[in-house]
Amino acid sequence: MILLVIDTSAIASAAIIRWHEDGSDAAVLAQFATEDTKSHAEVLAPGVRALLEEQELGGADVDHIVVGVGPGPFTGLRSGIATARALAFAWGTPLSGLMSLDAMAWDVLAAAAPSSDFLVATDARRREVYWARYSPSGLLLDGPHVAYPHALPPLPVYGAGAGIYRDKLAEAGAVVMPSFDRAQPTAASLGLAAVERLARGEELLDTAPRYLRESDAQVPGPRKRAL
Amino acid sequence: MKEPLVLGIESSCDETGVGIVRGTTLLANTVSSSMDEHVRFGGVIPEIASRAHLDAIVPTLREALDTAGVTLDQVDALAVTSGPGLAGALMVGVCAAKALAVATGKPLYAINHLVAHVGVGLLDDGVYGGSLPGDLGALLVSGGHTEILRVRNIAADVELLGSTIDDAAGEAYDKVARLLGLGYPGGPAIDRIARTGDPRAFRFPRGLTQPKYMGSAEAPGPHRYDWSFSGLKTAVARCVEQHEAAGKPVPVADIAASFQEAVVDVVTSKAVLACREHGLRNLLLGGGVAANSRLRELTAERCAEAGISLAVPPFSLCTDNGAMVAALASRVIMDGRSPSDLAFAPDSSLPVTTVSA
Ligand SMILES: [Zn+2]
Repeated sequence: MILLVIDTSAIASAAIIRWHEDGSDAAVLAQFATEDTKSHAEVLAPGVRALLEEQELGGADVDHIVVGVGPGPFTGLRSGIATARALAFAWGTPLSGLMSLDAMAWDVLAAAAPSSDFLVATDARRREVYWARYSPSGLLLDGPHVAYPHALPPLPVYGAGAGIYRDKLAEAGAVVMPSFDRAQPTAASLGLAAVERLARGEELLDTAPRYLRESDAQVPGPRKRAL
Repeated sequence: MKEPLVLGIESSCDETGVGIVRGTTLLANTVSSSMDEHVRFGGVIPEIASRAHLDAIVPTLREALDTAGVTLDQVDALAVTSGPGLAGALMVGVCAAKALAVATGKPLYAINHLVAHVGVGLLDDGVYGGSLPGDLGALLVSGGHTEILRVRNIAADVELLGSTIDDAAGEAYDKVARLLGLGYPGGPAIDRIARTGDPRAFRFPRGLTQPKYMGSAEAPGPHRYDWSFSGLKTAVARCVEQHEAAGKPVPVADIAASFQEAVVDVVTSKAVLACREHGLRNLLLGGGVAANSRLRELTAERCAEAGISLAVPPFSLCTDNGAMVAALASRVIMDGRSPSDLAFAPDSSLPVTTVSA
């Protein structure tokens, strides 16, 4: 089975994953990821096209598309979801979502065996982070949320959101994990997390974006009358 | 050359549009609007519009294909508005269009939204029946733009003669409607109540009409064909406040009629001036405010006086839509121009000189 995965919750990334339905043999065949968090609309489509060409795959070869549904900054997050939805429409391919922070939780478990609950955090801008809490076995326990760093529970924190707010998190009793202090969610890891769940027969999510914030629009108050 | 089957996507403001044309024949024009979601804010909220585009884009695509009775496979080329417009809103249409291009391998054309408004004039049974006149001007008036263009070759040679330097005319309507308690969108509300008012009750300013801005035909001033509506809006606010401060009822209909007259007077006089001084014998009126009854009336009157032939497309083709994007792309293709590189970025301030990127 071939899975195409896209995530634009922070950086823009895409990956092609091959796996067997029994869950064995999951492998990342090809992937790309940007460094920056601002060029999604430019790079994503050419990037996906290059991956497909490199693997000599057409739309009919893709069995499932998975897209990271955030949390992430609005415009970037939408570019991945819009891309995934349009690809799925054009190919008639099944489409699912997965919470983007799950990608980093997967990376944490792959790199180490955490001895306690842990947090994953990405940059939410406006001096806040998107975060979620996972069990030592990688089960999502709480979140995703958006919050000021000092409001996070005092646990090990992984991810670029932790690197940016090292001091504030330390004050709150959290421990920033140095090897992960610039880590971002990637499509490759998100795909491996998705395959694991699919193999266990678990449902993935729909593709509604998890913005976690309102649109900021203010309903204008009544106009002051000149009296 | 065979007439190309083109699918066009528009998402620059609050309408998600997908249009399909074959050459100059319109096959589908499907639009999903988020206008209702902006009513309580009194204006388009970019983030709300962008969220709505994301949810509307695939259903709108599906409906347009069904309406046209074609499949994505049959389409020869894709087109999308790449600017100008709201950055976050443009992004949704651009990403969806690029994904369709990746999925199908079809060429994609990044299209200028403003020039696309003129592109509806290319459609059969439209105002010019398939081919545009050579000496063409276009007056575009909407909630997002107010421009006068000179169109020498719609696929390649378009020039901006004048534009608003602050608010768009439609935006001024929305703001004044709010001052007068008339709701959103302001254009239809003001147009309606203005019919019962006296347009000469108040003399509101016509922006950028002083000699220092206008200059002369030989030595044009810095804003000869430009508009400004912020001073007008302030003048209306002051007028309302003066009535309230004096404890007098606000003459809403008279203010609405006088405001509308000020907008329409300055828009049409400058547009007709630009046409006359550039030898443009044909004027196309486009944009959502083209539905305004007084704007149509006065434009027609002044064009007739100046010997300019006026064309106003049907309303569904004046407001933002995907058919105009497809129609322009179809002409760009028949002109033999290359498709866009997939790495193009949406450009919220794309100049009209870039017809296709
Ligand atoms: Zn428009």
